[in-house]
Amino acid sequence: MATLVFLEDHEGELVKGSLGVLSKAAQLGDEVAAVVAGSGVEELGAQAGRYGAAKVFVAEDPVLGAPLPQPRVDVLAKVIADGGFDTVLFGASVLSADVAAGLAARLGAGLNWDLVDLELRDGQLVGKRPALQDSVFVDVGWTGKPRLALVRSGTFEPVESGGEAEVEKVAVELEDFSTKAVMVERAHAESEGPSIEDAEVIVAGGRGLGEPDKFALLEELAKALGGAVAATRAVVDAGWYPYATQVGQTGKTVAPKLYLACGISGAIQHKVGMQASGTIVAINKDPNAPIFEYADVGVVGDLHEIVPKLTELVRERRG
Amino acid sequence: MKVAVCVKEVPEASARARIDPGTLRLDRSGTAALNPFDAQALEEALRIKERTGDGEVVALMMAPPRAADSLRKALAIGADRAVHVVDDALAGSDLVATARALARALEREEADLVLLGQQGGDSDGAVLWSALADVLRLPVVSQAASLELEDGKVTVKRQTEYGYDVIEAPLPAVVAVSDAINEPRYPSLKGIMGAKKKPFETLGVGDLGLAVEEVGEAGSRTQVLALADPPSRGESVRIEDDGSAAEKIVDYLADRKLL
Repeated sequence: MATLVFLEDHEGELVKGSLGVLSKAAQLGDEVAAVVAGSGVEELGAQAGRYGAAKVFVAEDPVLGAPLPQPRVDVLAKVIADGGFDTVLFGASVLSADVAAGLAARLGAGLNWDLVDLELRDGQLVGKRPALQDSVFVDVGWTGKPRLALVRSGTFEPVESGGEAEVEKVAVELEDFSTKAVMVERAHAESEGPSIEDAEVIVAGGRGLGEPDKFALLEELAKALGGAVAATRAVVDAGWYPYATQVGQTGKTVAPKLYLACGISGAIQHKVGMQASGTIVAINKDPNAPIFEYADVGVVGDLHEIVPKLTELVRERRG
Repeated sequence: MKVAVCVKEVPEASARARIDPGTLRLDRSGTAALNPFDAQALEEALRIKERTGDGEVVALMMAPPRAADSLRKALAIGADRAVHVVDDALAGSDLVATARALARALEREEADLVLLGQQGGDSDGAVLWSALADVLRLPVVSQAASLELEDGKVTVKRQTEYGYDVIEAPLPAVVAVSDAINEPRYPSLKGIMGAKKKPFETLGVGDLGLAVEEVGEAGSRTQVLALADPPSRGESVRIEDDGSAAEKIVDYLADRKLL
């Protein structure tokens, strides 16, 4: 298997999700190469060695400074053709999903997405994909090469193996249509603290908070735990909390070590985005809330009383 | 301004969707409806037409014959014309095979703007636009929270994990809208009656100039190998708060080294 991993960068760092996929690829055996495509990313290429890349292709071009998919498809198509890669892996994100699908079309290749595991079975790559709101797990494969796979965000943790990568610069040759879309304004970070995708602890709030101001309770708790605050679609739609914090089918998929759900009923729309979390603690007044069906700890009670106490106790324990 | 909207049919949210263990494909025999995410793309197309005062909205669907009802619903909601890409040879098409067939149908339309919804309500697939744009060799922007058209270009506010970017692309372009873009309208009685008189075109693989090997299972490079139950989460702890819930949670977390 000759594997290539697409590494996404954001504000001078490699994105955790794609490093997790790189580590997983390295564990599957054989030498793994990676691609970094951006502007001012040469330094980042070398870092990928620590997560299992033996070789890193760096595509450096001002056009690649904007997080747009089409020029990256051009870069990957060339690296794959020149290097003879038969497997190309991506960690899911808005950008990486668009890159993967564009590349699939360019190469006439099979793309399996939303994978929560990858394994070799008798030498064949097999992906696991939850379907129909995660009510069934599907084993998926490929009938041709290269095999393209998009891994659900938060699935694999980056593992530092301490290796070094050989860095090779690649020429950037772009298709005429690839540079037509241009970014005229870049996203500004909307909140302080860790983004919910990188956080190891997430404190999430839903309608049960009662009013937007009560998110302050969750922010205090998240701060004490060193985590980030997330929200359900219902409260984001209602304008209580920013979209960037939305967890669920139409928001982000997260898998922190600890997910504390406060005042969240746990409808399927939300469940899809957080059920891969390590430990799920749910606080809800309604003993019949669906979230209790998949929480590790289900607390029936009033979050307005429990959360401030919890914050205080966590501060004491953590010193 | 001509806007083409790609739509699909998905099982009703209330219906219990299942995968047929024999064919390993989605069982589409239950109650189905127009994909709600695609209704938002259609809504945006109708608003563009209303804003500019003229133009045409074409709804395109690649689906088995029975999905024609959902395409008629798009006409009832307000699309001017429908194109149904339907052929037994298309069954089992994966992303690339689907993009290939839809792109051919779109090429015939020469639309200024191609719109898609954020995702399929069934497969949770959220990647088609990018594949389509590559086949069509057009610029693509996804996750559009809003879009504006001016001077032959589309300006999109794109939602990402990091906030909102603003992206511009010259027309023709492919844009996938996010579910935050609008509230789609319902068909009116007048719309439902009028839909029967609107043009409804049916295209087979041959009409698209494609060989049967390029689409369907033969033209696909992915396969479903097996189905399994989701992993169980194991034992869970239930706490009824009697004033000590916070302590119990902290103890639980400390035991598992989560503090």
